[in-house]
Amino acid sequence: MLEALASVLILFGAFFVLVGSLGLARLPDFFTRLHGPTKATTLGLAAVCAAFIAFAAGSGNGLSVRELLILVFLFITAPVSAFVLGRAALRRGTPSMTPPPAPLEDADDDRHR
Amino acid sequence: MLRRLLPHPLLSAFLVITWLLLVNSLSPGALVFGLLVAIAIPPLTTRFWIRAPRLHRPAVLLRLVPVVLWDILVANLTVAWIVLTRPADRLRPQFLAIPLDIRDPYATVALASIITLTPGTVSVQLDPDAGVLHVHALDCPDPEDAIAGIKRRYEQPLGELFEC
Amino acid sequence: MLTAALNIAIAAVLLAMLLSLWRLLRGPAPEDRVLALDTLYINTIALVLMLSIRFDSRLYFEAALLIAMTGFVGTIALAKYLLRGNLMD
Repeated sequence: MLEALASVLILFGAFFVLVGSLGLARLPDFFTRLHGPTKATTLGLAAVCAAFIAFAAGSGNGLSVRELLILVFLFITAPVSAFVLGRAALRRGTPSMTPPPAPLEDADDDRHR
Repeated sequence: MLRRLLPHPLLSAFLVITWLLLVNSLSPGALVFGLLVAIAIPPLTTRFWIRAPRLHRPAVLLRLVPVVLWDILVANLTVAWIVLTRPADRLRPQFLAIPLDIRDPYATVALASIITLTPGTVSVQLDPDAGVLHVHALDCPDPEDAIAGIKRRYEQPLGELFEC
Repeated sequence: MLTAALNIAIAAVLLAMLLSLWRLLRGPAPEDRVLALDTLYINTIALVLMLSIRFDSRLYFEAALLIAMTGFVGTIALAKYLLRGNLMD
């Protein structure tokens, strides 16, 4: 039963990891590409971690949830990476399909210096 | 006394849980060491904190977390569908400028992160002076509607959670 | 059944890594390449976790966690570099 659950979760996760990278490869400009990896991939990894936990619980080693650490870490860091990359792209004037907002010249990291 | 020992109660709780997960055990030894970690690390990081974040109404989390998790799942399916089937020239990407009502920095960070994790939108820039969060939407036929949805679903509960 | 599912999943993740690699090599903007690297390390975490189930070993967990941490720091450092043109003040 748990093995079946793990199998389904694994396939679900692999599908989203693949979709994230497919989006990265095929979407037309940088800002649209930003969408694929930052979340489809994150959800995919969430499913893989859940599969891991289900598998570990099924294999008789007792319940172990430390894979949640990777997941929590990723859910905190993925938006930060995307935000910083997005701002770098705005500042550098990376081509975009739609007119981007004006980049902030005096961004917060410079202000603290 | 307790406040001096644990200036960041939330951070300390997070550290204990993280430690227990890392060593993957609930033995007394692990628990004691986890408590030591929770007491020793926050003072070393005070320079990075503006002030300790405080949850005014933690009960709001019970409402917000399921909504966010559900949105992550549903909207991911939508984005997967777009990536798999939509030709590039029929995408309608859009930059949205979301005027913020919340000012609390922690609430703003949480909002920006939630926006990025719920697919279809990535926050790319924050203008703290004007209080505007710039968001890129992957496929957005109706910007007004999207902005109103984000403000209602995420910003309003976050405001309750962090402010008064 | 689990083994079959794992084999399919590992193949899918490898394909995902190839797609990310293609974007890494193709660019065109430096931001695209950094984003591709970011995706590549997240793909790697998925792959490592799957291998961990496949070979029934708990040793892979630490590897996955370390990749997650170093990958994040790497992405932030590269993005900072793009933002400012230098890393250290």
